[in-house]
Amino acid sequence: MSKKVDIVKNSSDFINKDDVHEKMHDKNLWNARVKRDKIAAEIPEWEELRNIASQIKEHSLSHLDYYLDMFEKNATKRGAIVHWARDAAEHNQIVYSILQDKRITEVIKSKSMLQEECGMVPFLEDRGIIVTESDLGERIQQLDHQAPAHIVMPAIEKTTEDIAALFARTIGTDPNDTDPHSLTEAMRNNARERFLRAGAGMTGANFAIAETGSFVVCTNEGNADIGASLPPLHIASIGIEKILPKVEDLGIFIRLLSRSALGTVATQYTSHFSGPRKGGELHIILTDNGRSKRLGMKDFWHSLKCIRCGACMNTCPVYRRSGGLAYQATYSGPIGIILDPTFDARRYSELPFHSTLCGSCSEVCPVKIDIADQIYKWREIMAEKKYLPIERRLAFSAAGKVFAHPPLFRTAEIMAEKVLPVIPDFVMYNKMINPWGRSRTMPVFAKETFREWYLKNRKKEETNE
Amino acid sequence: MSSTKEYILASIKKNTPTGKHPYPAIPAFPKSNKPILEEFKENLEAAAGLWYEIDNPSEAETRIKQLHPEAKVICSATSEIEGNKDINKITDPHDTADVDVGIIRASFGVSETGMVWIREQDLVVNALGFLSQHLIILLKPEELVRDMYEAYTRVELEKDNYGCFMLGPSATADIGAVMVRGAQGARSLTVFFM
Repeated sequence: MSKKVDIVKNSSDFINKDDVHEKMHDKNLWNARVKRDKIAAEIPEWEELRNIASQIKEHSLSHLDYYLDMFEKNATKRGAIVHWARDAAEHNQIVYSILQDKRITEVIKSKSMLQEECGMVPFLEDRGIIVTESDLGERIQQLDHQAPAHIVMPAIEKTTEDIAALFARTIGTDPNDTDPHSLTEAMRNNARERFLRAGAGMTGANFAIAETGSFVVCTNEGNADIGASLPPLHIASIGIEKILPKVEDLGIFIRLLSRSALGTVATQYTSHFSGPRKGGELHIILTDNGRSKRLGMKDFWHSLKCIRCGACMNTCPVYRRSGGLAYQATYSGPIGIILDPTFDARRYSELPFHSTLCGSCSEVCPVKIDIADQIYKWREIMAEKKYLPIERRLAFSAAGKVFAHPPLFRTAEIMAEKVLPVIPDFVMYNKMINPWGRSRTMPVFAKETFREWYLKNRKKEETNE
Repeated sequence: MSSTKEYILASIKKNTPTGKHPYPAIPAFPKSNKPILEEFKENLEAAAGLWYEIDNPSEAETRIKQLHPEAKVICSATSEIEGNKDINKITDPHDTADVDVGIIRASFGVSETGMVWIREQDLVVNALGFLSQHLIILLKPEELVRDMYEAYTRVELEKDNYGCFMLGPSATADIGAVMVRGAQGARSLTVFFM
């Protein structure tokens, strides 16, 4: 049986590591959120775009068999070779067979959350294939033997000093060089040779267009385009939920994607592949890996609308302080909380409780996924499945009772008012007992509850009338 | 035994959500009223792209020398500018690895973003667009569309095997969230209006 992820411990490790990492992480992600707000406000129809994007996704997802078939027909017509994979194992096997067929031993890849989800890199490495991540953030994580910590900013948990030390150790840079420009330059030169040696370039896809059989890859570095234009073979892994019906849909989605992700008008490269390049071969692997099953989950199928922008992560107060690695999953942050349990409910049973349910994730989501509501629904499922530790299960059911019964709630309110002020500080701020308490102060409770105030003041007003 | 495709499509059919989910009507959204060329230049600059208005090919060549005085290998996929490496003789994309300056004509630009649309036929060898250290993009100033909606009515994905909206030079902020230009692709991108 899979071991439960102890996200509270993992987060407290991140928070208590030192006084630098968590603060920097929080600040950098919040900056992305602020930039997102600013650029979204420049588009008068922003909210309407979110609505339309959501409707297009719901339409494609509820006609998915039709559009997938159309995509395959059109892509095949254009000369791509289309494969289908029901799960990670089949996906990885297809990749390996293609490489074996052509005796390819070295591969360069760009970012793909699906390939991450499938555990493709370790699978290929175990079989003697050299795989190099070409996205700078992904390469940093690869060199440090870590998973990506964020969907679009994989190495966001690391400081420049961490990366300088890592590069000094792994690619031979000067350990005193902590300039992001020269570190990026060092990696550019290191990666260039690997691009030139690689027998295949691998990519994911941000969108797949049924009516033309094209797929779109967005990067800022241009790394996917080098991988696709240089080696003779391009393999693209595409999740079946990436389908959009028409080319014109991209006008909506490209406008939303990078603005939501990083607060920029677009990524530097928005590349459209509709067939193999001159003299090259193109393989597409349409992969299910749990998606069709998720489509049948009444409360959760909307999570398939996700376009992997990471806006929900940037805005999440809990994610920003926990770090992405704390989730020990392919997807972290709010979107991770609702996706990960579909892969392994027990392993990720604590994740839905790692949220304040503030709802900010749902508000920034460019395709209007009801993320916060789904987090709450996953809590109910975890409680029903009895995955929670006994004290939490009792507390959860007690909270349900208290909120359902006003007199009980009022008693609890008065109790909290009496008890909180006398909780000794060493309990609240002890990092062993409560890692979240450190650097926070307890709220000072109002002398009267809202109800007491209301009864006193509103009654008075009513009498005056 | 059914194929994986049949298996997945059957699983989708079985799990397809009920309810009506019609394809939405996409209205005509209001357009920016800024002068289109100015808007394009502004957004290109915001993405660290440069631009020059060029009258004739010889002015272009002078400008390239001035911008990239150290360039040894100049490879052009355009008919107007020659360079010193013949793109039509390249049979293996690896041969573009030594290009210092690549020159490409874009078919149109998008003023909303500062992007230029570059297709396989504009590149001749796709790798030229990504392995060149620096890029010069030729663009007719009248070939501009306003926004991404218009841009996607103009592209012909049903014809072109490859096409890219390119926005300024390659970039990354993966180290310490500091913006660095010239991550893996071009270190600089300059648009010549001509």
